[in-house]
Amino acid sequence: MTQLLEVSGVSVTFDGFRAINNLSFSIGPAELRAIIGPNGAGKTTFMDIVTGKTRPDEGRVLWGSRLQSLLSMSEAQIARAGVGRKFQRPTVFEDQTVADNLMMALKAARGPLAVLFWSPKVADHARVAALAAEVGLGDALARKSGELSHGQKQWLEIGMLLAQEPQLLLVDEPAAGMTLAEREHTTRLLVDLARTRAVVVVEHDMEFVRRLNCKVTVLHEGSVLAEGSLDHVTRNPQVIDVYLGRSER
Amino acid sequence: MTRTFLARNPSVLWFLLLLSLFTLGVTLLSEAYGLALISTSFIKTLGKTLCLCLAALAMDLIWGYAGILSLGHMAFFALGGYMIGMWLMYARTEAIVITALSNEALPATAQEIQNGIAAQIFGVVGASELPGVWVFAHSLPLQLLLVVLVPGLLALIFGWLAFRSRVTGVYLSILTQAMTLALALYLFQNDSGLRGNNGLSGLQNIPGLDAVSQDRISVWFLWASAAALGLGYLLVAWVVSGKFGSVIRAIRDDEARVRFLGYSVEGYKLFVFTLTAIIAAIAGALYYPQAGIINPAELAPIASIYLAVWVAIGGRGRLYGAVIGAALVSLLSSWFTGGRAPSLNLGFYTVNWVDWWLILLGLTFVCVTLFAPKGIGGLFDLWQGLRHPDRKGAALGPDDGALLEKEAKE
Repeated sequence: MTQLLEVSGVSVTFDGFRAINNLSFSIGPAELRAIIGPNGAGKTTFMDIVTGKTRPDEGRVLWGSRLQSLLSMSEAQIARAGVGRKFQRPTVFEDQTVADNLMMALKAARGPLAVLFWSPKVADHARVAALAAEVGLGDALARKSGELSHGQKQWLEIGMLLAQEPQLLLVDEPAAGMTLAEREHTTRLLVDLARTRAVVVVEHDMEFVRRLNCKVTVLHEGSVLAEGSLDHVTRNPQVIDVYLGRSER
Repeated sequence: MTRTFLARNPSVLWFLLLLSLFTLGVTLLSEAYGLALISTSFIKTLGKTLCLCLAALAMDLIWGYAGILSLGHMAFFALGGYMIGMWLMYARTEAIVITALSNEALPATAQEIQNGIAAQIFGVVGASELPGVWVFAHSLPLQLLLVVLVPGLLALIFGWLAFRSRVTGVYLSILTQAMTLALALYLFQNDSGLRGNNGLSGLQNIPGLDAVSQDRISVWFLWASAAALGLGYLLVAWVVSGKFGSVIRAIRDDEARVRFLGYSVEGYKLFVFTLTAIIAAIAGALYYPQAGIINPAELAPIASIYLAVWVAIGGRGRLYGAVIGAALVSLLSSWFTGGRAPSLNLGFYTVNWVDWWLILLGLTFVCVTLFAPKGIGGLFDLWQGLRHPDRKGAALGPDDGALLEKEAKE
């Protein structure tokens, strides 16, 4: 099977600190993957590289069936190519309504002139309403998103990601600050999404990862330590040593 | 959701209505067309104020909506003035030279006329050749095109260089200040081709309209300025009302996030920067024929800072705020500095407003920034009982969020 994203031999150094060290990673077009690892393992830097925020010193990042290199593209171009990213802290545009936030994220032409002359069709309004309903904000369309609670902002951001219709979703700690019911909803949603696209979840919470029931990649000191099912990697002595065993000792 | 543009933005209709009433009222009170209760010079002041309001509108679009604090937009305003001033001066001088040469025995050749114009215009800086930048000055349509093209191209190139390097915030403000200062210093030179510190003068005399008195011309310019302000307001309101407005406000609030949505932030900034530069240039092209004179001091950095102060006092992020701020502060400013404001006698010291106005303005600016960040426009919110979420606050927990929601419903 051809891979959707292929990262190979990537290294990046910040002021002499090697945040990512010869990292290789790949994910198929419809796959759910969890990335775990202790603090400073390079999880966020990895996402920064894929989304174009950080340029690696060496290595390749190839995308899609045409093996496009993401390294020569800007953040916006990468996002347009189909990489969506959800940040750990909910980042929505608080001065604007839920509907405006979703409308902005909706997949459409992104150039300034195209956007200037764009006006929403009935189908666009319907899509925004459907997305809002899907993330439980159906009644809040006209509200300023700054008024929403923390959990609702998380949901709005997930809704915006869905509106972008990305082929690859990078999700940073989706369960942080969510209630138990919300976590279950999130789990279902992520598993559901992974049927049609690639989803990479970075998570600390092992319970949440277990619920996702997917292949796990363990990062440590900027490179892959182990890969496989959660049970497989948690039996790996190295993993136990650097990550899981630490708190039990 | 599918209502028309004006129905969604009732303030636009109100603004256009008030602007028309104002223009009609001033016309009826003018010397040329009505009761002669307003002097011609005051009509010119009002017309110039409308042009400043249009420039403030541009400033509000780029600062209040897109979050780019440009402190160089008055450079584009003045460049627009220079471009129209070149034609005004050339065409008027041409008429004078032709009249003077008509007394000669032989009819004047085109070259003689050209030389006469050059000597008339550039004698003051010791030159007698028409510089290259005046090559289009004989033609009104071409020079009108330059009103848009020269500031537009300058903004495009400057903006492309600055935004591409991701210069933001205060560094961008400093860069724009440097741009306007550099341009002013260049124009101060006699060999810049625009008469150095003499600038262009006699611009109030419109070629071909010698028979029309200034009191009529002043009202015509008031109409033109009001029309430009009305159209500018419509344009800017339309630009900020749709998804484009959403995107530039999003760029103001969190530009990194906008990039991850797939929008090229630099492209949007460049678009807004160039568009606002062109609006400012058109405002300038209407302003300077009413002012009568333009010189490089008009490009001084302080002029652009004033523009930012007007918008801040009026209330940035809302269009009528910018217009109110510019009109109020610039009219007050000309009242206080014109020597007509009565001095305040404190017994031990007499406050002479010509000296103290700047201090009063500065204090007002500081107070507005500290205590009423929404400016005068914020009063309309109080009146309508609107509340906005605090954009700067940290993420609220579930409980706090619920509390805010309750407040918002009240």
